Amino acid sequence: MMNPQRLSLSFSSTSYKYRFVQGFIRALKRINRQKLATSLLSRSSPTEIYKRYLKVKSAADASMASAVGLRRAWSRALLQRIRDQERINFGNKYYKYCPAGTRIRGKSTTFTMIRNIKRSSDDRNCKDQESINNGALGWKANELRKLVPGGEAMDMCNLLDETAHYIKCLATQVKLMKRIADFASA
Amino acid sequence: MSSRRSRNSGSSRISDDQILELVSKLRRLVPEIRDRPSGKVAASKVLQETCNYIRNLHREVDDLSQRLTQLLATIDADSAEAAIIRSLVTQ
Repeated sequence: MMNPQRLSLSFSSTSYKYRFVQGFIRALKRINRQKLATSLLSRSSPTEIYKRYLKVKSAADASMASAVGLRRAWSRALLQRIRDQERINFGNKYYKYCPAGTRIRGKSTTFTMIRNIKRSSDDRNCKDQESINNGALGWKANELRKLVPGGEAMDMCNLLDETAHYIKCLATQVKLMKRIADFASA
Repeated sequence: MSSRRSRNSGSSRISDDQILELVSKLRRLVPEIRDRPSGKVAASKVLQETCNYIRNLHREVDDLSQRLTQLLATIDADSAEAAIIRSLVTQ
């Protein structure tokens, strides 16, 4: 017999997991349809398989970033990176990974929205940037900046804060992808 | 975009504590450090382990993406979605 309070608690903390699972599985459906649309001969070529793998990976990252939404610097940066990559690969007509509830019309709207949200959430009281960057922590932090999406532009406080959230979501992404793969191979 | 600097130049201790707090938050999240019974871990070690952890997670995402690419045809999307969301609710 499930405790109703426990159920509602788990609901609020896992809503981004629902969004991830829904979005990612939908993307896998779409990628599979695209696979079936290519000729029988070419669809099992190494090039096609590699392209499909890139799409699946991109879908997984984008689904998690979308599920988190625009309130985190790392998810904004990741969505922007994936959109730029898609524009290079597929041209301007492709904006698959819009966060739920936002209507992205074009490049200017996207940047305005992202810039406005960024302004309100990134003002934080933090130690003088230079003294941090020159210390022992600064060296390690630069390595971290390359790993966290958008890290290059963050000061130390924001970087640590964003990293904590990022690794939590990344670990969840791995766990859920594993579940889907195990389910599919059962 | 302006960034608010520390108002009290004399007591930068406030921001030191902020950083310590964030580093300890990271310490709790990275399994490599969390599961080690020893008490104090240097902040630079925390960051190093965090970097290693993120790289491992990226590699796992790559491996799982490869695996899912192969399994693409065998995924019954609707039942997969239903089963996994059900498992999330009963967690």
